[in-house]
Amino acid sequence: MGVVTPGFTGRARSGDPRLPPGQYLAEDFPVLSTGPTPRVRTDNWEFTVVTERGEKRAWSWRELFALPSEKFTVDIHCVTQWSKLDTRWRGVPVETLIGDLDTSADYVMARSYGGYTTNLPLADLLDGQAWVAYEYNGKPLTPEHGGPARLLVPHLYLWKSAKWVRGLQLTTKDDPGFWETAGYHDYGDPWREQRYQGD
Amino acid sequence: MAGTAVSGRLAWRVARLAEARQETPSARTLVFDIPGWPGHLAGQHVDVRLTAADGYTAQRSYSLAAPADGDRVELTVQRVPDGEVSEHLTGRYAAGDPVEIRGPVGGWFVWRPADPAPVLLVAGGSGIVPLMAMIRARRAAGSKALFRLVYSLRTPAERYYAEELLRPVAGLDVTYVYTRELPEGQPGIPRRISVTTLNTAGWPADFGATSYVCGPTGFVETVADILLALGHDPHTIRTERFGPSRD
Repeated sequence: MGVVTPGFTGRARSGDPRLPPGQYLAEDFPVLSTGPTPRVRTDNWEFTVVTERGEKRAWSWRELFALPSEKFTVDIHCVTQWSKLDTRWRGVPVETLIGDLDTSADYVMARSYGGYTTNLPLADLLDGQAWVAYEYNGKPLTPEHGGPARLLVPHLYLWKSAKWVRGLQLTTKDDPGFWETAGYHDYGDPWREQRYQGD
Repeated sequence: MAGTAVSGRLAWRVARLAEARQETPSARTLVFDIPGWPGHLAGQHVDVRLTAADGYTAQRSYSLAAPADGDRVELTVQRVPDGEVSEHLTGRYAAGDPVEIRGPVGGWFVWRPADPAPVLLVAGGSGIVPLMAMIRARRAAGSKALFRLVYSLRTPAERYYAEELLRPVAGLDVTYVYTRELPEGQPGIPRRISVTTLNTAGWPADFGATSYVCGPTGFVETVADILLALGHDPHTIRTERFGPSRD
């Protein structure tokens, strides 16, 4: 047990089994990003997937919208300690976008309009675990939450769910992205409190 | 996790309250002694962990309010109504009481004293905290970088670091924007930060300034949009947002 702070009792424990350790429930939806919110127009929006050998797929906004989408309800967890339960989204499963691309990559670098990057294992984006999401609560995703489209990987801390996502680069090597270079954990599992390097 | 050895800079360290100052009726500045503190940059933050007698823990992130000073670390904590951690830190938490702190964290929203570029700091409410660390780091380092601070807040009573900011500092211009209530005797009406404010109190877009904007989400969105509209390169605008937003 850590060092006890005299007089600190904490809030009544919710004991909610869906809340990872160290997280508290947020009713609102805080925003975290490092610069101005990019205003990305959908008429020249493009999403690309590029393999380690340079094979490329690209979708316009209209093309992405035409792909089979899923509505899904998930819990999300931010490294700054808030979690939000039962958030409702709509988007295209990443698996659909990877499709039958010929790849032996184990890793993915997600890239965003505005220059943000984050790295993930490819396996974490498949099997219904990740989406390119463009609706939140039944409405188009607003720019401050990453609209027009963001990556959503709810089983990892939210910095992995790149806002304003513009593409996925498949790689055989695991290179750190923006926050990972700044000392955040390479993987970011909320249930293991992988906030920073060494956690 | 409690008891787990963490190597490197991000080990949890025991911190004890050395001094406390009431900044405003709802905010308290806490100065901790943290033996072995590795130092930090202005703009970085720390995680603070409180542990109850039954082992329950809660942790939150707070911006550092002052530059590195040996084993001394300073935070200013705003009391959030019903805030599990902030209510304790702004209330019963007393001199000598331990907490655990780890950090520093964050390498983007930082100002380095060796950087000669002009700086625009735009604070909304308690967003002044990491920006004040930059102002203090500038002074501590004897930097000649030109700083401008635009500090938006509701009322004069909510000013953090009021006396320190009132003392003139060469190369630092301070502009206050009051949104609800003006200081007694000041003409005009309360207003929000606007294009005019930042056009007048900020830097021209071609000066190569770096802008640091910290405050509630809506405030940061507004300010960043204004700076973009005034022609600032998006890569020169660094933001830190907190608090609720529209869905």
